[in-house]
Parts: sequence; C-alpha cells; structure tokens
Amino acid sequence: MSEEHEEHHTNYVKIWAILVVLLAISVAGPELEILWITLITAFGIAFVKAYIVVQKFMHLGDAPKFVTYVMVTCLVFMMLFIAGTASDIYKSNGENWYKIESEWQYMPPVAQHDEGHGAADEESH
Amino acid sequence: MKPVATTRSAAGIPTGLLAVWWIVASEIVIFGGLLAAYLMYRLSHDAWAGHAANTNTAIGTVNTFVLLTSSLFAVLAHQAAEKGDGKKAARFLLFTIGGALCFLMIKGYEWNYEISHGMTITTNTFWSFYYTAAGIHASHVIAGAIIMAVVAKDAAKGLELQRVELIGIYWHFVDVVWIFLFPLLYIAK
Repeated sequence: MSEEHEEHHTNYVKIWAILVVLLAISVAGPELEILWITLITAFGIAFVKAYIVVQKFMHLGDAPKFVTYVMVTCLVFMMLFIAGTASDIYKSNGENWYKIESEWQYMPPVAQHDEGHGAADEESH
Repeated sequence: MKPVATTRSAAGIPTGLLAVWWIVASEIVIFGGLLAAYLMYRLSHDAWAGHAANTNTAIGTVNTFVLLTSSLFAVLAHQAAEKGDGKKAARFLLFTIGGALCFLMIKGYEWNYEISHGMTITTNTFWSFYYTAAGIHASHVIAGAIIMAVVAKDAAKGLELQRVELIGIYWHFVDVVWIFLFPLLYIAK
C-alpha cells in the first residue's frame, strides 16, 4: 500500500507534458517523408505513449501480476486469431472467389475529386 | 450495505477493480482485432494510402491532444479520490467529461465534412474500416462520459470514491486505443 501511495504522488502534469511532446514528434516526424523516420515517430512513439499511459495513469504496475498476464494473454490470442486469417487476407483470389478490392484504383484526394477520375464512384457501385 | 464489488477482494484486489480489468482485457481483443485487421489490409492494399490522404491530420492531432488532456483530468480525479476529496474528484471528472464532449464535437464536424464530400461507410473498405473503428471508439467515449457523470454525482457527496479509479482505468484504455488509431488513420498516408 505504501508503494502505491508513493506512486500516486507522481507529477501527472509532467507526464502529460511528455505525452504532448511525443504527440508533436509523432506528427512532425512523418512530414520528412522518410519511411524509417515515419515508422519510428508515428508507430514507435505510439507504443511509448501507450506504455506511459498504462503504467503511469492506469497503474498497471500496482495491480497483481496476474492482471498483466491476463492482458498479455488476450493480446497474444488476438494476434493468433488474426495470424490464422492472415493467409486469406493477403490473397487476392482463390477457388471460385476473388477480392473486389484487388480491382480498386487509386482514389484521388478530395481537392481533385471533381476532375473526372471517378474512382470513388466506380468503387461505390 | 456495501455492494460486493466494493467489499470483496477474493483475487487480491477489490472485485470492482478486477471487473474493470476484465473489461479492458475483452476490449483488447475487440480493438486489437480491429487494428490488426486494418493493418493487414493497409499493408496489402497500396490504394489505401490514397484513401487515407483524405483524413484530416490536424483534426486527428487536436483530438489526440484532447483525449490525452482528459486522461490527465481522470488521473487527477483518482488522486483526489485517494485523498478522500470527493468534491475535487468530481470536479476533475467533470473536466474529463468536457474533454469527451469536445472530442465528440470535433469528431462530428470531421465526419460531417467527410460524409458531405462523398466519403461514407459504403464508399469502400478503407472508409468502412475508418467509420467502424472510429465509431466503436466514439461509442466508448460516450459510454465513458455517461458513467463518469454517474460516478461524479456520488463522488461530489463523498460517496463510492473507489469508483473514480475504476472509471479512470476504463477512460485511459479508451485513450490508449486512440493513441494507436491516430497514426493508422491520420498519419500513415
């Protein structure tokens, strides 16, 4: 209990400020349009932010160990289920079926939407 | 008589707290599956980069900031509740609800713009994912705000202060989900 008490004297405003700085980096990084920087700043930092929120705001570390095990087990099983369907997701066709999405064309941004490309309209039918 | 969720702790933590962690565990499967499916489709369909170019990064950034700030208020409410200050905890919970409303209003504006420009849930699979993921998340924001209002009402009278931590854990999880949705929907273009 005393440990928990100490933990909850954390300077939460400081942690929030760190999260906001990380948010700024995650938005600014991808502007450089370099793939590895985008991956690190956008997705790497998302994991860091999530870890900070889980540890410092949700206080997962204060909960009994089995709580963490339950969370990790759910995560692992979810990934197993997804992995089980991944082989179908990545195929564009099979016996007597094919994915309509594989025929998709690039849909231009909104600003160019009225220039007659019509990709979005074709897809909606 | 106090409810079982408050008085019993057969698993080493109060039953109410255990129940919230169970909810979070089930939500991990729901949102995790959604995000993982999105990621798989995104990686196997280059056209999705073009669709994602239509989402508004500035709006996504502001909404992320709003949710992070509301999480700060939620944890400050928990801190106040631990000190037995129900009124302060209720006030911070109301700030958190304010954050939720702000998030929903921005989301409403964003969706209104997108739908009016022809990007609807039936336009293609990208937009189906977009509206499904953001919609399920927004429904959790609405549920959290309603529960927080109920908790704040009692907390203001100094009652059931342990509930402040419980709703806080749920709220932070909603924040964590958005932390992952944000780069997927708004940054990976």
